Formats: sequence, structure tokens, C-alpha cells
Amino acid sequence: MFKNILVANRGEIALRVIRAAKELGVRTTAVYSEADVDSMHVHLADDAICIGPPPSSESYLRMEAILSAAEIANVDAIHPGYGFLSENARFAELCESCNVKFIGPSAEVITMMGDKNTARATATKYGIPVTPGSEGIVETEEEAIKLAEEIGYPVMIKATAGGGGRGMRPALNKASFVSAFHAARQEAEACFGNPDVYLEKLVENPHHVEFQIVADSQGNVKELGERDCSMQRRNQKIIEETPSPLLTEGLRQRMAEASETLVKNIGYENCGTIEYLVDDHENFYFMEMNTRIQVEHPITEEVRGCDLIKEQIRVAAGEPLSAHVMNSSSRGHSIECRINAEDPYNNFAPSPGKINLFYAPGGRGVRVDTHVYSGYEVPPNYDSMIAKLIVTGATREIAIARMVRSLNEFVIKGIKTTIPFQASILKHSAFRSGDYNIAWVEKFLASQPGPPELPDIMLEEE
Amino acid sequence: MDFKDIKKIVELMDEHGLSQFMLEQDETKLELKKGGDVDVAAISQLMASAPAPAAASAAAPATAPAGAAPDPEPSGLPAGTEEITSPMVGTFYTASAPDADAFVKVGDRVSADTTVCIVEAMKVMNEIQAEIAGEIVEILVENGTAVQFGEPLFRVKTS
Repeated sequence: MFKNILVANRGEIALRVIRAAKELGVRTTAVYSEADVDSMHVHLADDAICIGPPPSSESYLRMEAILSAAEIANVDAIHPGYGFLSENARFAELCESCNVKFIGPSAEVITMMGDKNTARATATKYGIPVTPGSEGIVETEEEAIKLAEEIGYPVMIKATAGGGGRGMRPALNKASFVSAFHAARQEAEACFGNPDVYLEKLVENPHHVEFQIVADSQGNVKELGERDCSMQRRNQKIIEETPSPLLTEGLRQRMAEASETLVKNIGYENCGTIEYLVDDHENFYFMEMNTRIQVEHPITEEVRGCDLIKEQIRVAAGEPLSAHVMNSSSRGHSIECRINAEDPYNNFAPSPGKINLFYAPGGRGVRVDTHVYSGYEVPPNYDSMIAKLIVTGATREIAIARMVRSLNEFVIKGIKTTIPFQASILKHSAFRSGDYNIAWVEKFLASQPGPPELPDIMLEEE
Repeated sequence: MDFKDIKKIVELMDEHGLSQFMLEQDETKLELKKGGDVDVAAISQLMASAPAPAAASAAAPATAPAGAAPDPEPSGLPAGTEEITSPMVGTFYTASAPDADAFVKVGDRVSADTTVCIVEAMKVMNEIQAEIAGEIVEILVENGTAVQFGEPLFRVKTS
């Protein structure tokens, strides 16, 4: 087992890793920017080293600063958390050359799955469905129409040199295809100087369902169930749950098998997540693989009875997967709300500043992962997530009731948070029936006239 | 300005989370400063010693509070002196080699581009410039010790 782990991250995940390391009897070293000098992870680590000024690019993303800190603190492993350098193959390589164990898969695997095209090709190679599409550029209108028919409408026409949603046009049927094809090419030419497009099947009303896997260095692989992350605003997850209300047992089995197959074949080690799009007809399509721990890992931990961060550390230290992980099965239902320091009634404008009072909910089946506390100053330099509220119950109904109760109990004074917004979603019939997809939140926001009826405890504030 | 006005200003400061207020008006000068309402060092001490602290967000008892964090503000630097701080994490060396003379010693005058020390990071010896002009009055770090970003290395008398 390691003697000293450096946590190359900040906020709640840094605290999460430090807690896991402490339970394993491993010393911890925190690195922090000047903006995070009062952060909880800095206070609780055994050692803390300031690595730069507030901007991430000059601190948490500076590989030399982090490795230098690793050197002077004499650590034998680095946990990269999520975001920042966690999927940076170069950083993983540098750790290796400095004789410090990068807690995650190898640099080669990170590279392979990090490139979307290579990842898709790899998935296809091992028989995992990917969104059907053309194998390359479609040059002519005739070729495009023929291919679109083969793929099946609706299709998405995408610029090969594209990005940021530009040079893309959906075509819902044959009648609208030709004009969409030319419009996409025109926009591609105008924006990127390259009119070339390819085709992809447009998955209707997609749901985002991901599978957690874990693998050790001895060939053991375990799939740990799915998480439904379809509640998203602008491609950012805001609520996640497990099990997914969408999956039938048959579909779950097929997706679980596909996930294990992929992981076994690419020689993956440590924790990872495979993300899929699922339509309303039980078709699933590989989207991408995240070669790191995810923000929403706690809901899997709650229904599986395991600690994924400790498992990451154990696997990195060469130990086999724990027996309780290998033998685990899913029990109960867990939901997570990501609490962001944003004003949901002002277009989610960031709301940094001092938290005057922080009171977290408690009780049966309530877990709060957070680095903030009363008097903490939320810095403006980083992403706005300040806490994760994870709630577990024997059934989905119980978990929902518990989440609503917990959100109503949660007090964060001094800044704005998304708590009332998530409370209104949890109380909505669409969430209760499980009938929501990736497009739901935007539709919900468009239909909202203003702040919802606030629960009593929140009205006491003003 | 009477007491009611001052009370109102204090209330407004509280409401808007302000910690400092200064007003100069005719013959009156008013300066109000708020102390921090929560002592963060105290929270971590609490958690180090007791299992069930008041803050609901507290972690499980820690084995030891963090060391090595530099003070957020240098307390009371003598007037006319400034500090040269480390621009990187690494190991501080006073000379370019173990047997070489130190770059600077107490009493030396430096200009902005005088090399004052080396901070070694990942086998790369980085020469650090003074960036300020003046006289070295104190060397704050011992040769060969680890330094972090922002750590004061030299005290320089600038005036």
C-alpha cells in the first residue's frame, strides 16, 4: 500500500480522496492554489503545498508544479480526481517517469479512449453498438441520400471540421434531407473553410445511461451497474440516479455485458465509466468512455455497498478487487443532486462569495459530499459545484421523498444555489414517472415563469 | 453623523457581506472593519480533537491538522521592506552549485534582474530574479529546503 498520496485536485473530490486515504492509513498531501488556502481539503490533509495563483492554468493544470510538489513531499502516488489532469495521458506518462503511481489506467489506454474516433472504432471492433453513421465523408448528394436511407431517418449531417454545434443539420426525413445536406455544407464552408460532411444516426429522445466498471491488475473485471444522467442542463448533469427508470432487465444485461467486454479487451485497469445513448426502443449506442472516477460515483457506492475511491487506491497499489466489490449486487435506489453556486432564476449566473451559514441535511440514507462550511468563501475561479447531496432509499419512491425532504432541509445562506431548482424537478410528475430524457430540463426551464413556491425553511432567510 | 447612522451602516455591511467601510465627509472620518465571524483554524483544530463538532459539514476526525500552509497575509512587514517570494514549487538553493558562492548575501544590493537564488523543480534549475530593487536584509529560507508557490524567500529594503 502507498505511504503518501498527493491529491492533484481541489474541492469536494480532493476531500473525498483524502478521506479514503486516511481510512486506508495512507498519508495525504494536498496541493492548492492561493484561492484555496482555506479550503477544507487543505486543512485535513497531512501536508499541503501551495502550487500557484488562483487561475487553474497556473495551478491545478500545471503538471510541473504538481510533480515538483510530489517530489518535495516524497509521495509515491498521485490521485488526479476528475477534470483537471485526470484524463491527461501526458501527465500519466510524466508520473510514471517520475516513479510516482498515477491512480488510474495507463497513458496508452487514456489516449486510446480519449480520442472519440479511436474510441468509437475500438467499441465497434469489440461488437459494441455505436451510433450508425457513414464511414467517412459523403461527397455527393446521391451518395448522401443513399447512405441516409441505409442508416435510417432521422439523421444528423455533421461537418468533419466542425465543432461547437456549427455545421450540423438534422434531417428528419427524406423530404427535408437534400436541403439540410446543402445547408450543412454551406455553413461548414463558411465557418471552417471545409464543406465536407459525414452522417450519423440521430438518436431520438436520447437518454444518457452510463455503466461503472472497475478492473484490477490481475485480470478481474466487475461491472457495477448503471447511472441515468439524463437530467442535464446545457450538457451538464444536474441530477443522477441508479438504477435507471428506463432500463428493462434485458437491456441492462446487454449493456452490462457490452461494457465488460470492452473493458476486458482493452486491458483497462482501475475505475472507468462507459457512456451510452439509449433511445425509446431499447437501442443503446456507445458514446464515449471516461477513464477516471466520475462526479456521480457516490450513487453507485450507495446501492452497491462499496467505496470506489478506496478501491481505486487498492487497485493502483497492486491489490486485487475487494471480495465485497466482486460479490456485490444492486440494492435500493440512490439519487444525487449536484448543488451549484448559481442563481437558477437569473439564468444560472455564478454566485461566488461567502457562505454565512451552512447547514447540511441528515438522517437515514442522506449523504453530503462537500468541502464547504459556514464562513467559507466560494472562489470565483473554478466550477460552481459546491456540494453533492446523495440520498438512498429502499425504493425509488422512498428515495424521491427523502431527496425532497433533504433539499428542503438544506440551508446555504450568503450565496445563491440550485437547491430550489432541483427541488422543483424532484417534485415534478415527469421525474416521478421516470419519463424524462436529455432534452427535458431545457423544456422545463422554458415553461417556468419564475421562482417556484419556496419551501418554508427557505422563506425564513429574507 | 450620529449613532443611528453608524448602526445603519453596520447593518448594511452585514447585509451585503462587506468587511470594510470608510467614509470621509467634511470634518468626519469614519472607518469600520469587521473581524472574520468564523475562525477557520479553529474549525480544523476542533475536528482534530473532538469527534462531533458543530458544523454539519464536518469530516470525520482528522489525525492532524494540515501543516505547511503559508499565512494568507504576511503580518506587519517593516515599512520600506518587501519580500521576494517563490514563483514555483521546488527546492531552494542559494548558489548555482554546492561549492559555488551564494548568489547574494545579507547587505548586497540587488536590481530587478539580479539572480538571487535557484529553485529546482523536477531536475530543472530555475534561476530566480529579484524583480525588485533594494538591499537584502534577510534570507528567509535555508539552503536545500523545499519551498512552495508564494513562499517568502528574501526580505529586501527598498527605500
